[in-house]
Amino acid sequence: MANGIRYLMQSLLFEGSAWINEIQIFPRISFTMQAGSWTCMLGPSGVGKTTILRLIAGLESEIVLDGSIVLKEGGRLSGQISLMSQTDNLLPWLSATENVLLGNRLRGEKPDFDKANELIKKVGLTEHRKKRPYALSGGQRQRVALARTLMEERPIVLLDEPFSALDARVRAEMQELAAQHLQGKTILLVTHDPAEAARLGERILVLSVNGIKDVCPPAGGIIRAYDEQTVLACQGQLLRLLREEE
Amino acid sequence: MKLFLRLILVTVALFLFWHFLVVFADLPKFILPSPLLVMQTFVSNFSLILKHAVVTGSEILVGLLAGTVLGSVTAICLAISPAARTIVRPMMVLSQALPVFALAPLLTLWLGYGLWPKILMALLIIYFPVTSSFFDGLMNTPKGMLDLSRVMNGNPWRIMLNLRIPAAVPGLASGLRLAAVYAPIGAIIGEWVGASEGLGYLMLLANGRAKIDLMFAALIVLVVMTLILHWSIDRLGNSLTAKMSP
Repeated sequence: MANGIRYLMQSLLFEGSAWINEIQIFPRISFTMQAGSWTCMLGPSGVGKTTILRLIAGLESEIVLDGSIVLKEGGRLSGQISLMSQTDNLLPWLSATENVLLGNRLRGEKPDFDKANELIKKVGLTEHRKKRPYALSGGQRQRVALARTLMEERPIVLLDEPFSALDARVRAEMQELAAQHLQGKTILLVTHDPAEAARLGERILVLSVNGIKDVCPPAGGIIRAYDEQTVLACQGQLLRLLREEE
Repeated sequence: MKLFLRLILVTVALFLFWHFLVVFADLPKFILPSPLLVMQTFVSNFSLILKHAVVTGSEILVGLLAGTVLGSVTAICLAISPAARTIVRPMMVLSQALPVFALAPLLTLWLGYGLWPKILMALLIIYFPVTSSFFDGLMNTPKGMLDLSRVMNGNPWRIMLNLRIPAAVPGLASGLRLAAVYAPIGAIIGEWVGASEGLGYLMLLANGRAKIDLMFAALIVLVVMTLILHWSIDRLGNSLTAKMSP
């Protein structure tokens, strides 16, 4: 990783601009992911949302951050994060349960089957736990991915458009399931869907080439009903903002 | 089964064509013996051909096995270590510029007339295709899965064992399919340069004594052996690939 990144703990502060060989990816921005709450980041494609997420996850090797990513309560960021993306990234040769246990396996820890089965039950896949990914539907695969994310028991969860490939009904279900089970974690959800941000955001950020804008989320805790007036209004406001920025 | 039937049909057609070519062109048997004569020779010389086939078969199998092990180990080392890549890869390309056939007399000079120079020839001829196809597979692990394993703080060797190697099995399988066809070539070249047994030796011997029917009988046995080998490895490769794919 680039110099100048300090890792401290829990609430996460992001501050800086991103560069790839002298070319700026996004200008200096700063935002905070409040401990135990959902931060949703919206923005047009290619503006650098995923780059921000990858920088936080420590996965960027070419793009350099001129700034810092800091945990408020101190400590290293590595080992504090789990990741869930649009593609489920399940290993095709492992069963659902074995996929949930992947972290254990890759770190050489004793696999905790009881906990894995409990999480599989939580996401409603007990009957399917022995199936391999090809035998599961898209929604079921994302449920396995959610269980795998929960298995890691890490305080910070980065979600990179995890529901965008699902159909509307399954997407709504998954949003509810995620809101229920990820409670108490510090979450960054990168999405291009204003409706998703309006349902799940306790803080909503709109990223554009000019920088970052804080949008006031609808009143009330999450997860909000998709047909609530304030949620619909917020969705409209976000869409308008996105179109202006474009 | 359909494939098997088609194979038989093609073989029968080929033999008929061969037979009528010999009959109508009135070719002497020291130029092209008829398939019937070849069949008779095969039956009457069965134990002789079998003895030599066993020798060639063992050379091919041992060469194939050793080449696969050596090629796989090389591919894994190259995939793990960038330093190994910068040093070993140019050497491998250079070694490919050297025709393996040209080495055959040298190998015989160094290792004598026994099995070893033939095994080494088979090994040398398959080493590159096995290494390079397996290496390509190892370097093309789906990026999302690698990112995930990194965020999970996976141990590099465990990531290799549990993710990169299983994901590269289709690559290795395609290398082995090539190897199954190349290995017999290596063994036969080795026998041509200097041997006292083996199908290649028998063919040269028969050729020198104008026993073209015996030469053809040996040649057909070699073809059948190669086909069986290729078919077995193809089956094995397909079933492994199916297991590892989504």
